[in-house]
Amino acid sequence: MGAYIVRRLLLMFVTLIGMSILIFVMLRLVPGNITDIIFDSAGFVNPAAKKKIEKQLGLDQPIAVQYITWIGGLMRGDLGYAYVSEKPAIEEILPRIPVTAKLALLALVFSTMFGVPLGVLSAVRQNTWLDYVLRVISLSGLSLPSFWLGLLILMAFVHFLGWIPIYRSDTGSIWQEFVLLSIPAAAVGFRSSALVMRLTRSSMLEVLRQDYIRTARAKGASETAVNYDHALRNAVLPVVTIIGIEAAFLIGGLIVTETVFNIPGVARFLVEAIRWRDYPIVQNLVMFIAIIVVFVNFLIDMMYAVLDPRIKYEE
Amino acid sequence: MRSRLAFAVALAFAAVGLATPVLAQKQGGTLRIYHRSNPPSASIHEEATIDTVQAFMGVFNNLVVYDQTKPLNTPETIVPDLADSWAWDATTTKLTFKLHPGVKWHDGKPFTAKDVQCTWNKLTGKDPDDFRKNPRAIWWHNLKEVTVNGDLEATFVLNRPQLSFLSLFASGYTPVYPCHVSTKDMRTNPIGTGPFKFVEFKRGDSIKFVRNPDYWKAGKPYVDAFEWKVIENRSTRILAFVAGEFDMTFGTDVTIPLLKDVKSQAPKAICEVAPTYVSTNLIINPSAPPFNDPKIRQAMALTLDRKAYIDTLSGGIANVSGAMLPPPEGVWGMPPEMMEKMPGYSTDVEKSRAEARKIMEGLGYSEAKPLKVKVSTRNISVYRDPAVLLIDQLKKIYIDGELEIIDNSIWHAKVTRKEFAVGLNLTGIGVDDPDVVFYENYSCNSERNLTQYCNKDVDALIDKQSQELDKQKRQTIVWEIERKLAEDLARPIILYDRAATCWQPYLKGFVLHHNSIYNNWRYEDVWLDK
Repeated sequence: MGAYIVRRLLLMFVTLIGMSILIFVMLRLVPGNITDIIFDSAGFVNPAAKKKIEKQLGLDQPIAVQYITWIGGLMRGDLGYAYVSEKPAIEEILPRIPVTAKLALLALVFSTMFGVPLGVLSAVRQNTWLDYVLRVISLSGLSLPSFWLGLLILMAFVHFLGWIPIYRSDTGSIWQEFVLLSIPAAAVGFRSSALVMRLTRSSMLEVLRQDYIRTARAKGASETAVNYDHALRNAVLPVVTIIGIEAAFLIGGLIVTETVFNIPGVARFLVEAIRWRDYPIVQNLVMFIAIIVVFVNFLIDMMYAVLDPRIKYEE
Repeated sequence: MRSRLAFAVALAFAAVGLATPVLAQKQGGTLRIYHRSNPPSASIHEEATIDTVQAFMGVFNNLVVYDQTKPLNTPETIVPDLADSWAWDATTTKLTFKLHPGVKWHDGKPFTAKDVQCTWNKLTGKDPDDFRKNPRAIWWHNLKEVTVNGDLEATFVLNRPQLSFLSLFASGYTPVYPCHVSTKDMRTNPIGTGPFKFVEFKRGDSIKFVRNPDYWKAGKPYVDAFEWKVIENRSTRILAFVAGEFDMTFGTDVTIPLLKDVKSQAPKAICEVAPTYVSTNLIINPSAPPFNDPKIRQAMALTLDRKAYIDTLSGGIANVSGAMLPPPEGVWGMPPEMMEKMPGYSTDVEKSRAEARKIMEGLGYSEAKPLKVKVSTRNISVYRDPAVLLIDQLKKIYIDGELEIIDNSIWHAKVTRKEFAVGLNLTGIGVDDPDVVFYENYSCNSERNLTQYCNKDVDALIDKQSQELDKQKRQTIVWEIERKLAEDLARPIILYDRAATCWQPYLKGFVLHHNSIYNNWRYEDVWLDK
């Protein structure tokens, strides 16, 4: 197990190095850089002034030198300065992480709380009216575009309640913040829970047809014990995988929700930074997301062994 | 008789008093407005976008300013700001401002004439800590130097007379900056003398200001704080305004189709439609064959159906225009009957197109053998939509256009490098004055002359109108320039659009300007009647 963990950690490190090179190169392949954007808002381009700014920002250096400068700083915990705000990149990135983390956590709780039990229910009541209703709900969750659902929610709030649940940083209490974040979280969680529900259902159906389930029933185990103690525990492995992937996605993939509900989170900020070619922000933020994804995947792998005793990470 | 007259006068005064009750301004509250996007920086002098000037104008003062309580910007509506008074010398080449005493910057340091000198030294590139970009440098091309006489007098020395020079100072684009703060800091942490002190700018979230308690205009501003919330999604921000989350929309953010929704969902909201003074214009690269042939450019001008643009894009309410905004809002634009006679402005579009087709046929093009061209524009709907209409109209004269969407970030870079043949562009005008419009967009020396159009005769005429002290004579020269620009197809203006700005009925003291979107965002007269 120990050797496996060390191997995985090394692999994670290599993956992250690869990611850093990829994002660094890809960013520079996108046409234009920050100086083009700076001049765009002034409605003209002055080539001499543009060159001067490029020099100030180190953009005139060879790409390898720029990479080493960035990665060296990253290793020392120095993320550099954001090009647009001219503030330390860390000051720009850090305040956004808790906002997105809270939203992602709430969305994840929502999707798990609804997705897993309803998926189980749908499986054990297969081909009943309840199963059909739940399947329609899950299908609609997967089909509805997030921006459309988000706008529908906003319009409904404005029309029926006369207020709009967009993000405010000065909510005053944790409860109010919870209420404000839970609405977009529900919008995101609806899609996510639909995915979890469908996967739980199919996984449960497969497990419920196994011989050991029939054996458990023959031994007189109650339906609850059969469904939850015997079936669910074995059916949950793919569900855990998908929840893990969703968790990683939610950190950087909530662009539509963050835009519609005006949440100043990581995803919206990342897109804006890409638009502005704000390399220090994009590079560091993508690396942060990559670390989260790699780490969550590692945790999921570790959880397999805990959830299923048949899985052992040995030499 | 005399007593009857006195009685009548007294009655008239009483009637006026009753008809227009004077509302006492209420102090307090937070003014909340949404912002449509993140301003590129807080430094007004370095930007050429309403995104910056609308959010940050309240931090600063100008030397003079367009009266914030009057809808039209004219030389007559210029009022004192940091300058209590101003005077030209006999040669009209020296403009002296007497400055208001006792004014302090937000950091407590005193404001003096040195700050005025410093600001214009930066604008004319004479200060080592100059601006990293200076989009309106051309405004000050006639400025020789700024001299100071003590702390409270600054004189602008010009190379030649330029009466509208004063108008340049009245724009929201012309605040006075402090000498002791670097240009870098002004981009991120601006210090001004204005009614609002900058607190913080969280990108993608909010921009906050508080009332300047030491503001030198006694009693102002009326609100305690001023907060912008950045909402990039238009549907969300309009819904938020309808829900009463904001006291006001971003300036000209409500398009004509959206206005109907706002009025139906928030019937009490006050919405005013005004010209944006942002033109939609056609840019042609005269050095890209076959567009180096003036005949093709002439044919292109003849196919433009401006009314079709106006009907499609603005529900029929935008203005056909030349370079200057037309009346009634525009001070210098041509009347419609005169404009119709300009090349390419005939209302008989079919006749013009028949003429254009003849030109094209003479050059060897036909329906079977059209001229293929890429029509370049930015990836923003206000650019894309008219570009699509342009392609449709070009088809009528055997020009087969293909839409080429250019990434926003490299649009100006590409245009500057002339890497386009035909394009669709938008241009905002800071001040409704020929000096601003012509020098900025059509003079040979301007960096913002995107197509690098250069006609020495036109340049001479631009200088001539600029020096003309008689308004009538100046207007005649302005219209002559308009005609020459139309003949030369120098960035043909397709239309000047109109859009609405809305505010809640309890927001008082705000007057929307009708011939510029850049000059009335000081907010020092605004108060909340809640």
